[in-house]
Amino acid sequence: MDILPQLVANGLIIGGTYALLGIGLTMIFGLMNVVNFAHGEFYTLGAYAALFVLSALAPNFLVAILGAILVGALAGALVERLLAPLRHESIDTTMLLMIGVWIAMQNGELLAWGGVAKNIPTPFPTEPVVLGPLSVAPLRLFVLFVTAGLIVGSHLLIQHTKLGRAMRATFQDQETAALMGVNVERIHTITFAFGSALAAAAGALLGSVFLVYPSMGDLALQKAFSVVILGGLGNLGGAALGGLLLGVAEELGAGYVSSGYRDALGFLLIILVLLVRPSGLFSRAERVG
Amino acid sequence: MSASVARLALARRPWPWLGPLLVGIVLVAAPWWLPNQYHLHIAIQAGIFAILAMSLNLLLGYTGQLSLGHAAFFGIGGYTSALLGKHLGWPVFVGMVLAVVAAGLAGYLIGRLSLRLRGAYFVLVSLSFAGVVALIAVNWMDLTNGPLGLPGIPEPAIAIPGLGEFSFRSKESYYLLVLACAAVSYFVCHRLVCSRFGRACVALRENETLAQAVGVNGTRYLVVTAVVSAAMAGAAGTLYVHYTRFVSPEIFLFSYTVTMVVMVVAGGKGTLLGPVVGAILFTILPEVLRAVTSYQWQMLVYGILLILTIFFLPKGIVPAVAGWWRRVAPRPAAATRTVAGEAEAHEPAR
Repeated sequence: MDILPQLVANGLIIGGTYALLGIGLTMIFGLMNVVNFAHGEFYTLGAYAALFVLSALAPNFLVAILGAILVGALAGALVERLLAPLRHESIDTTMLLMIGVWIAMQNGELLAWGGVAKNIPTPFPTEPVVLGPLSVAPLRLFVLFVTAGLIVGSHLLIQHTKLGRAMRATFQDQETAALMGVNVERIHTITFAFGSALAAAAGALLGSVFLVYPSMGDLALQKAFSVVILGGLGNLGGAALGGLLLGVAEELGAGYVSSGYRDALGFLLIILVLLVRPSGLFSRAERVG
Repeated sequence: MSASVARLALARRPWPWLGPLLVGIVLVAAPWWLPNQYHLHIAIQAGIFAILAMSLNLLLGYTGQLSLGHAAFFGIGGYTSALLGKHLGWPVFVGMVLAVVAAGLAGYLIGRLSLRLRGAYFVLVSLSFAGVVALIAVNWMDLTNGPLGLPGIPEPAIAIPGLGEFSFRSKESYYLLVLACAAVSYFVCHRLVCSRFGRACVALRENETLAQAVGVNGTRYLVVTAVVSAAMAGAAGTLYVHYTRFVSPEIFLFSYTVTMVVMVVAGGKGTLLGPVVGAILFTILPEVLRAVTSYQWQMLVYGILLILTIFFLPKGIVPAVAGWWRRVAPRPAAATRTVAGEAEAHEPAR
């Protein structure tokens, strides 16, 4: 029992980055009805961008994460422009397009940076901080704070700004939003860029905890999908909670069962949720049907 | 619909069966006209991928549901007969049949679970399912030997009374086996698609509410299609494993699923010939590219090709070529009656 608080704490830290991934993915799905298979690649891109900023531009970890967010947003906006002509196509068409983008991006990254796993240098001491029964590496604490900040920031942006209101309006009804003077095209680009930026931030953060390699996005993509299904497709709050839940469930599974099946837990959770509550764990009743 | 297009193209000629017969003869004779074993090897691979692409096309093309877990059915088929043949010493052909059954059962599970929800849910559940199966193959060391894989899988052999045992060890015989399986798969697809069943599936894809209103039970049709599709992918898996005579968790690699998707989309989803053409093309293309570039460049080209296809050939190669042929080919004057028949043949399958 004594490892339980430690597992939960680790799970919440990792889960925070899953939440970032999930929020980005679910925003893009909810607004554009696009299943973004390239989402994991924005995560990878973020990690490499952070690495690049640290090694070539400024040896400051915060600046590196900002750089990752910027690169993610830019790349996301570019991909959205590619998607724009297919706006009225079926979900299958855009999904196939995003699969194409995913393959192209991943192999582009592999060609650009090589297959060798790299380490993001961080300024934090490796000596863990001991808080009662917990011991947490300072880097992980930093990750926890940054993810919490980003999640709260996203919430404020979406709920309390004019841009956020326009986003939510477009989310609900594109045509009415357009009639009310919302520039729907711009909202699409901004949303895609925003979702990608969150994924890139997650990549920079988790990439510094673990390692950076070109196919790291595949696992992130699977996590993001699990999170989004847990929370219900298009449900932002659900994605945030789903991320934390998945992170904790994985740590508990790895701690008590077997670390080999750690990544299977997300899948099992998905299947369970679909059996019991297909609209997602955290969706309100009125969203069903 | 390419089958009907092919049929109408043929209907104008005096012997409608001549074209398919010639194609059949050329295909069966391939071991004798292909210059060497390497080409035959590619032909075997193309045949296996054609079965895979056809199976994916049943779901993606006719019901509009994208399965990203097809590598799982492929792998389940492969592992089932490999384990039965290697550990229990069962005759390979019995193992192969059971492999198809096992993959079909897996398809039933996934179909029941997610086709009630369709669309994005089906995609994600099939993807997750493939992930779980791959992890099991990696982690269940006792059964699967984990990431090291299982070498020494027996080749199929058949005992002919009075003649002794005939083994499919040579590339020539294996090619014919694969060809036969591909032909059966094509026939199954053809029967399914050009039947009440296929029309019901297309009706569901096009307008589900209307289809339900005229009494098509959507979920049932989708589940049956998922089972047939998964079983065919399993057949491809078992053929693949007994050909390479080795199986490892790499069989679940997502790149297999991606390759299948590219083949179906580029060839022409929702057509009978499209996936076959796509499979042949995209088996040969990497082999040609391999001579000039690395694997990463190849995959990059794949991704870009997929993007370009969606923009410029949204229906795929086969429908595009068929449309071009119809515009170019001169229409015989005596064909007015056939043209009316054409429209009829064309309409239900689209």
